Amino acid sequence: MDILQILLSDSFWAATLRIATPLIFGVLGALVCEKSGVLNLGIEGIFVAGAMAGWMAVWLGAGLWGGLLVAAMVGGFFGLIHAILTVPLGLSQHVSGLGVTMLATSVSYFTYRTALPNVSSPPKITPFQPLDIPVLSDLPFVGPVLFQQTAMTWLALFMVALVWWVLNRTPLGLAIRAVGDNPDAADAQGLSVYKLRIGAIIAGSALMALGGAFLTMSAFDSFFFGMVNGRGWISIALVIFASWRPGKALLGALLFGAFDAFQVRLQTEVGAFVPSQVFLMAPYVLSIFALVIVARRAEYPRALLKPWFKGQR
Amino acid sequence: MIRIEPREAPSRWWTIGVPVISALVALLMAAIPLMAAGANVFESYAAMAKGIFGSTFAFTEMLTRATPLIFTGLAATLAFRAKLWNIGAEGQLYLGAMAAVAVGTGLIDAPSYILIPIILLAGAAAGAAGMAGPAYLKTRFGADEVVTTLLLNFIILIFLQMMLEGPLKDPLGMGWPQSEPIVDNAILPQLIPRMRVHSGLIIAIIAAVIAHVMLSKSVWGFKLRAVGENAAAALHAGIGVKRTLMGAAVVSGAMAGLAGVSEVAGLRGYLTTDLSPGFGYTGIVVAMLAGLSPIGVVISAIFIASVFVGADTMSRAMGVSSYLADLVVALSLICVLIGGFIARFRITRANKGDA
Repeated sequence: MDILQILLSDSFWAATLRIATPLIFGVLGALVCEKSGVLNLGIEGIFVAGAMAGWMAVWLGAGLWGGLLVAAMVGGFFGLIHAILTVPLGLSQHVSGLGVTMLATSVSYFTYRTALPNVSSPPKITPFQPLDIPVLSDLPFVGPVLFQQTAMTWLALFMVALVWWVLNRTPLGLAIRAVGDNPDAADAQGLSVYKLRIGAIIAGSALMALGGAFLTMSAFDSFFFGMVNGRGWISIALVIFASWRPGKALLGALLFGAFDAFQVRLQTEVGAFVPSQVFLMAPYVLSIFALVIVARRAEYPRALLKPWFKGQR
Repeated sequence: MIRIEPREAPSRWWTIGVPVISALVALLMAAIPLMAAGANVFESYAAMAKGIFGSTFAFTEMLTRATPLIFTGLAATLAFRAKLWNIGAEGQLYLGAMAAVAVGTGLIDAPSYILIPIILLAGAAAGAAGMAGPAYLKTRFGADEVVTTLLLNFIILIFLQMMLEGPLKDPLGMGWPQSEPIVDNAILPQLIPRMRVHSGLIIAIIAAVIAHVMLSKSVWGFKLRAVGENAAAALHAGIGVKRTLMGAAVVSGAMAGLAGVSEVAGLRGYLTTDLSPGFGYTGIVVAMLAGLSPIGVVISAIFIASVFVGADTMSRAMGVSSYLADLVVALSLICVLIGGFIARFRITRANKGDA
């Protein structure tokens, strides 16, 4: 299979969308937080927490959608911690985020180990199944690529549209953007900077947790340590790459998914000559590259990383 | 109504008290997951204390565990003081270890007093290079160093796997991906016979003292702190901000690289992919708990090492997952953050009529 064949195969594009799905959730979540002015470095830990909590909820008997709800709430909870530390208390967003990542990861790992102390292989759940729509799923090319994905991928695509619509077409979105660009002016207009930022962080964190949940409830069917493997950080890089726009965020996630899907297939081609690790490194190298290209021209939300206190000017 | 206003200057008591209280609060909060796991809280804490103070061996184990944390804590401290967010200490540690192994497994034949400084230098240089890259990307392109250093960690880890299965692989290693052993002349000597604590600890403490002196007494240290406090003002005052940041990056990375050398040449003797259980990241907590003070880092590292060693013992004795230690460390970070806030601000009551 040469390169052109890979690019034209439906399995490649299906894999692209599948690999991109958790990143779509992650980028959207980080985007929402940052649009309101707060960097949420808790994303990696929230991914882990969402993965663990969603999986465990299903394992304990909740349905798949119940599991997603639990994952979102757990994400929102850790987001709330980050929100309290960074908004009313105005503490370092970097350190608070890292603290939340450590906290969420350690709580998740501890809870998992405590609930399942002696398992040699992780127990499985029945994950989201690929959709089976009567006519659409059987279409050539489009069928496998779009209509045989799981429900969560469609949820992710829906979220892109929803986040875009809320941010750009509703008063709430305008308020969030105002708070992220010029909180003093927003405050003068009577908007509550605190409430909007806290709300945005909670909502964004819930989205992030869904990204984690995708890993244990759709891509795979069990939870294992180290499964998030940097996807949260990659999402942070991709947000900058996407200039904080949902549409571009989708594009960035797809681009990344394409490269990752490509390198897996490329391995079978040139695997004899190039060590497999070179391919494993590619996604991360790519993310750094993408970040560097856009960094200079990045249109940061102007109040990003600056704590804002009521009453100070 | 309640108003929050900054204190004029946080008192000495607060500066030392906050980390200590945060640490204790975090330890106490560990009782909650302990109870949730069904373990007897008092027995657990007793087991933990026994694991730290119960014997000479336990105590030296704690010091052994603290050694790399002092290095990575210093790495974080020196960078964070300049507001350079080096989250890549984990990767830089492995770079240092790889350099030590490349040079110290037989490449050079020399007596210890030459070989040991060489591997230390090699490790420091490798770690420094690992942070210089992201720092350059930041100063030249404005690329956020948090993300680049984080992603670089993953790249370095994969690179390590590649090296351990390729050029650095031990031909006598029965197929395991591990490096050749460090030659005897390059091994950091043990401090106490039959104990694992090694001279890396001495080097670490010396490094802390040097860092403290440089940070507080030298011009270089002054520039670094100035850039960290207010980069725009420092630039205006004529300080070369970019150069200072690169300097901070090099020193920070070097410290993390030394952590790698210390672990590989002092403790393990050879390099594997699991040399570090997250020392780089834990170093960040060590630094924050120390209030970004190099001398404080030594004490903070000892505390965090105690938590891990104690939790290991407790985990074996009580059957509670040793991830509890990671939980306590994470809680410490958040507590010290909040504590710092309490120290810097105070809550006052103002009448509604006030402006």
